[in-house]
Amino acid sequence: MLTAGIDMGTQRVKVVILKDNQILSRNQNFSGFEPTKAAEQAFEEALQNAKLSREDIQHVTATGAGVEMAPFSDSTVSMMGADARAGAYFFSSARTVIDVGAEEARAVRFDEKGIMLDFVVNARCAAGAGTFIEAMARALEVELDDMGSLSLKAERASPINASCVIFAESDVVSLIHREEPKPEIARAIFDAMAERVSSMVYRLGINQDITLVGGVAKDVGFIASLKRRLGMEILIPEEPLFAGAVGAALIAAKRAGRRQ
Amino acid sequence: MEKKKEKVDYWRWLEYHSVMPGRDWKKADVITAGVDVGSVGSKAVIMADGEIYSWSVMRTGSNSSDSAKKVMDWAMEGTGLELKDFNYIVGTGYGRVNVPMANRAITEIACHAKGANYIWGTSVRTVLDVGGQDVKAIRCDENGKVVSFLMNDKCAAGTGRGMEVIADLLKIPIEEVGKVSLSVTEEPKPVSSTCVVFAKTEAVGLLRKGWSKEKVLAAYMRAMSIRMSELVEKVGCERDFVITGGQSKNIGIVRRVENILGMKSLPVPNLKETGRDPIAAGAIGAALFAKALYEKSLKR
Repeated sequence: MLTAGIDMGTQRVKVVILKDNQILSRNQNFSGFEPTKAAEQAFEEALQNAKLSREDIQHVTATGAGVEMAPFSDSTVSMMGADARAGAYFFSSARTVIDVGAEEARAVRFDEKGIMLDFVVNARCAAGAGTFIEAMARALEVELDDMGSLSLKAERASPINASCVIFAESDVVSLIHREEPKPEIARAIFDAMAERVSSMVYRLGINQDITLVGGVAKDVGFIASLKRRLGMEILIPEEPLFAGAVGAALIAAKRAGRRQ
Repeated sequence: MEKKKEKVDYWRWLEYHSVMPGRDWKKADVITAGVDVGSVGSKAVIMADGEIYSWSVMRTGSNSSDSAKKVMDWAMEGTGLELKDFNYIVGTGYGRVNVPMANRAITEIACHAKGANYIWGTSVRTVLDVGGQDVKAIRCDENGKVVSFLMNDKCAAGTGRGMEVIADLLKIPIEEVGKVSLSVTEEPKPVSSTCVVFAKTEAVGLLRKGWSKEKVLAAYMRAMSIRMSELVEKVGCERDFVITGGQSKNIGIVRRVENILGMKSLPVPNLKETGRDPIAAGAIGAALFAKALYEKSLKR
């Protein structure tokens, strides 16, 4: 059975095609000004890579902050529901999934079947999401992808007002003037983010194993800070960016199966 | 030749200094000063026998003690005053521990309440101070003494810094945002997120949808005002109500906050005649504390 998941993120759209619950193809694109077009294009490419056509897909489930802009779908699922399903799929021992995206962070608790039990979301403050790292990379004049490895060089974190992206931006400017080492500034950013994210996990109650997904799950600096803050191991799947799309595609399979 | 494109800093607000005409510090018994080093603006007020003699308002640089020196020098400029002429100086604000010429540091909360009491008189009970990086709602008594306060210094939403970011984004000079925001025929719904980063994204989206700059600005300022008003309501808003700090000059914020709270704020006194500048309320309070502390030290 062939199914697909489309995750309409604020920054990127992600597409995953599953064959009998195995990942056959995945693709992503920047959401840009026209997320619908971006998703359609990503979907077509994913189909081509798998040598499939649209008609071969039995059920498409969409998710994400911009779910209403999905080009097409047979059904939709909440971001939390998709995360829970993906968390259980990636690691059978996992009971909590943390998803840190561009503008939002979530912690979701789920059972062994990947059914969501409870969740906490931060969507009100940019200091708890990927946008923070981007803004700080700009302020520090380093590449976004280098922020993580840069922060790992630091033994300590700079004293910086990292509770707010806007304040941190002005603080970073003065710290650079004072020739504060950039690695320590970078570490302060990741530590502050980890503080916010871990507080969501604590609010849910610790339920191990914990898995980290979303675009930020690829950042070695954030991973190190979060591990330090939580004081436990964190499981990270191979392609954490696609977790939402994988979860949606798994749910699509379940829904398609039910209809047969 | 290629024409160099000039970058305009729309967020840049006016710096100014002023010496009160007809006053002579040489005739005064006690000369004091208050230096308020805020996160975005630095203010210095010089008082002769407890009356405002001169004051200055400028941007805070990357170094607090340099900013303190600069703003103090500017307040003294053209007056013949030197630091040795001062009986007592009090530092306040975010960088108050880095005011090198100060005899003492006092929190800006106490200074703002004291300053508001001086600017508007003993009837002031509630002060909303909107600074560069924090918003404070202060309740005070008839002596300008703090009764209680609430503060948001964790987030740029509803602060002067947030306003600067939006002015820059919309390319509207910061000195004009208030007036421009009031030019809308109908007040739009506030932007949904108070986070400045998200509001920025939302503003771009609204512009793309065809909203005018004025309308987007009004929607943002509405959200800012709601946030400020919530803080005032939490601390309890009692008459008379006043607004201090940089945003006291922003008519778009002042009108909206008044509208949400259902209470007028006392009007700003004539600056030229009185020198009672609400932006310098903290520095005014500090200079008054300096006078009291000096007089106390004499009695000892």
